Amino acid sequence: MNLYAIRAIFVYEMKRFFRTLMESLLSPVISTCLYFVVFGTAIGSRIDQIEGVSYGAFIVPGLIMLSVMTQAISNASFGIYFPKFIGTIFELFSAPVSFLEIVIGYVGAAATKAMMIGVIILITAHFFVDITIQHPLAMLAFLVLTCLSFSLFGFIIGIWAENFQQLQLIPLLVITPLVFLGGSFYSISMLPPVWQTITLFNPVVYLISGFRWSFFGQADVPVGLSLLAILGFTALCLGVVWWIFKTGYRIKS
Amino acid sequence: MSPIVETTDLRKIYKGGFEALKGINLSIHEGEILALLGPNGAGKTTLISTLCGISQPTAGSARVGGHDIVDDYRAARSLVGLVPQEVALEPFEKVINCVNFSRGVFGKPKDDALVEKILRQLTLWDKRHARIRELSGGMKRRVLIAKALCHEPRVLFLDEPTAGVDVELRRDMWNIVEELKADGVTIILTTHYIEEAEAIADRVGVINNGELLLVEDKNALMARMGRKSLKIDLREAVKEVPKALSEYELERSADGLSLTYHYDARGEGTGITRLLAALANEGMQLRDIHTSQSSLEEIFVDLVHQEDAA
Repeated sequence: MNLYAIRAIFVYEMKRFFRTLMESLLSPVISTCLYFVVFGTAIGSRIDQIEGVSYGAFIVPGLIMLSVMTQAISNASFGIYFPKFIGTIFELFSAPVSFLEIVIGYVGAAATKAMMIGVIILITAHFFVDITIQHPLAMLAFLVLTCLSFSLFGFIIGIWAENFQQLQLIPLLVITPLVFLGGSFYSISMLPPVWQTITLFNPVVYLISGFRWSFFGQADVPVGLSLLAILGFTALCLGVVWWIFKTGYRIKS
Repeated sequence: MSPIVETTDLRKIYKGGFEALKGINLSIHEGEILALLGPNGAGKTTLISTLCGISQPTAGSARVGGHDIVDDYRAARSLVGLVPQEVALEPFEKVINCVNFSRGVFGKPKDDALVEKILRQLTLWDKRHARIRELSGGMKRRVLIAKALCHEPRVLFLDEPTAGVDVELRRDMWNIVEELKADGVTIILTTHYIEEAEAIADRVGVINNGELLLVEDKNALMARMGRKSLKIDLREAVKEVPKALSEYELERSADGLSLTYHYDARGEGTGITRLLAALANEGMQLRDIHTSQSSLEEIFVDLVHQEDAA
């Protein structure tokens, strides 16, 4: 194991993050504040409690998930796509590093950044609403697993993408709708029965539900199922990464 | 002594079916400077990329330091440094971070003293905190060299290192190359500047159309292939070459004031003595004579043309 290489990639990627610290942190914080102003205060004041939780607090887990997923994907996909785009990736290929080490370096850095953003949003939310976390360990587990699996997913997108449009395509066309329709801002029990069934095909529902359960002890779907879903998604991404490694898909000519 | 780099029937066929390397057999000795010459698209960069692990060989094998470049890529690649032809650097990163990154991914612990020495050698030390995009083109090339040197390679590939580079950097680079050679580092360079190969290489390899035409000691190659010419300046112009001298196939200059004789330096008898005697017999007065040897460039052009004609 080339630990120096993993460290070098990780540190280099984190430097990029800190170089643009304001942009990296400010935008999720501002958008979270906006969500609170719009949904929590303006609209939320007209909404009764959902399952015994005030609406403002109810949306916190969903908001964190929304940011963490999009940040993990964009950080990881950009992290590996950019060297491809400007050509510096030749150095990684000529270096004595294995694909696994490259993945650990890039995905680890992207997951760490997403994690930091998640925590900052949690702190920001704290200024707007009272939040209690009933199952802190479970919350941490969901957060870490989500950061990791979506960073892996982002890494795959970064390898696959051949231009900047493709890099934006999946997050925009797939992830954002799934997250918005995944119960970030509502409980799926509020939907008509048909849509409740359809929603169950949305994998993000399980993540948000499980994450919300760790805050409030209530969930749309059983928490075990949520855990299985996120583990399954992680395994799927690992499988694809392994396949990329085996076949050299879009990385080596 | 076993070669530091050895390829056996190394082939590379790109996806479109283009055969960039057609079975290269090459042995590079430890500590030598090998210049690879060849026209654009001959396969020089493909050969280097394959040896460095950037592209996968289609068939055949290669070893660096005795380690197979595919099966034992870690050991092989940790010996190798590459200065690529194209400038590829992250524009927003600082010089020092780029260099430290290279050392890290090659599995070496941080060594500030070494990095400082290399950056000073390349007159980059004052620019270490500058961002890459603030640097001039020449400075960026220096960063590429620093990145390749900072992980202490035993084999250094320089792919067209002096293309579009000013005199100062070229001089700095050759100083570094000399120093590396003194440390026993093997250097493989491709270049279009044949004078450069002629000046610094120990051996010369010529590649054309994905085939290695020859690899030979530079001096031996020049002696073997080199034709010499003898230019004779005359006191009085001649209208034509006297018939008695026809066997020498002399070339008469336009003004008739000089005659040029081509001969083979490796030949047993060059014919110079007889020619000079014959000139005296004809009553010609000589003003001056000088000889010149064909350069590596002429040899190279000859070789490639022969190949293309065949």
